[in-house]
Amino acid sequence: MNELIHGGLYGGMIVGVLMTTTAMALWFERKFAARMQSRLGPTMVGPSGLLQPFADVVKLLQKEDIVPFQADRVLFNLAPPLGAIAAISVAAVIPFSADIIAADLDVGVLYLLAIGALGVLPVFIAGWGSNNKFALLGGMRALAQSVSYEVPLVLAALVPVILTGSMKLSAIVEFQATHHWLVVWPFFLGVPAFIIFMLAMLAEANRIPFDIPEAESELVAGITTEYTGIKFALFYMAEYVHTLVASAVGAALFLGGWDGPFAPGLGWMVAKTLALFGFVYWLRWTLLRFRSDQLMALCWRYLVPAGVVLVAASAVWVVWVG
Amino acid sequence: METPLTPYLPIALVLLIAGGMAVIIPFFTGLLGPKSVNPVKSSTFEGGNIVVGSTRQRFAVKFYVVALLFIVFDVEAVFLYPWAVNFKALGWFGYATMLVFASTLVVALIYIWKKGALSWES
Repeated sequence: MNELIHGGLYGGMIVGVLMTTTAMALWFERKFAARMQSRLGPTMVGPSGLLQPFADVVKLLQKEDIVPFQADRVLFNLAPPLGAIAAISVAAVIPFSADIIAADLDVGVLYLLAIGALGVLPVFIAGWGSNNKFALLGGMRALAQSVSYEVPLVLAALVPVILTGSMKLSAIVEFQATHHWLVVWPFFLGVPAFIIFMLAMLAEANRIPFDIPEAESELVAGITTEYTGIKFALFYMAEYVHTLVASAVGAALFLGGWDGPFAPGLGWMVAKTLALFGFVYWLRWTLLRFRSDQLMALCWRYLVPAGVVLVAASAVWVVWVG
Repeated sequence: METPLTPYLPIALVLLIAGGMAVIIPFFTGLLGPKSVNPVKSSTFEGGNIVVGSTRQRFAVKFYVVALLFIVFDVEAVFLYPWAVNFKALGWFGYATMLVFASTLVVALIYIWKKGALSWES
């Protein structure tokens, strides 16, 4: 009974906090991008346009839900909720502080890699179910991209597991709190693994510079071409949640999670996550989109060999140093 | 009432809550949104032109190759996880054993590279 209350409480909290953060992140990104381009961004709804995302949600709810005649109705309607569920459920294992963890699994890293990889299935289901050539091309690209970047992602996430000797996320953060953050020492293993991990996570979340599945200059809107109103918003939300969760996982695995002086653990974890998240935006509004073939070449020719070398080197380090 | 599955209970609840939310939200749009179906609006979008041919066509084989590569490499990488957790206890012996296993991965990578499976440009 106790576990039920605990689980329900944290489950509700995670979903609620993620939704609110996503809305705020949308506002932040629009303001940030506007400032980078010498614009003002949203200003009308609420103070500094702070309530704009909520107004957008209300607006999108009132839009007509169009299902094309040619589309596979079941798959078409199934894809957006599945995408949202896959993105949110990864957050269940993130350690926000020493005692705020919904599910502290012994196989935490494996869980988040497995569920994180599920996120591509709804994207492909949408591409296939839309029965639209642009959507299908987008879906196929998303599948190829996510599946390829899964390999460096798994290899990069293996580095903290080897160095700390545990797959439990709380244990990994605990190790970093008692020793060093993995990007600090051993930095020659931690920093490259961190970079590969974040690149692969961005590629899985289809963020710029890896947003090839919805490259609007070539594929209209890729997988979201046929989607209207709130279903489109669910895809959009899943992408944001995925990026947010990726930042949180990166912070926990490599940046010491809740560990830090003076402030409470939760504050440090949130600060690290948001810093990474802000960095992702910065990248998004600075870089151009890669070509599909460049993306695959980057993954298989550079990141995968680098990942294998890193794993071998971490193992040597652990045996040597003890 | 501690069973091996107890830690997974919160995950089931998160799934349930997220799932409930994700299913209810699109349901509201059906209540609030307008509903007017016409053949032009509900046809597949293809740049404003009349749809040409079928979507279900043959696809470039490179996608299939990537899927195959993924299965080989990802399964091999996932096998490394149980080893990584018990790694300190296994020491140099465990390291040498895994090196033999991982070298097959490297040889495979070199092979597919030379075969041209990684060159998407052509």
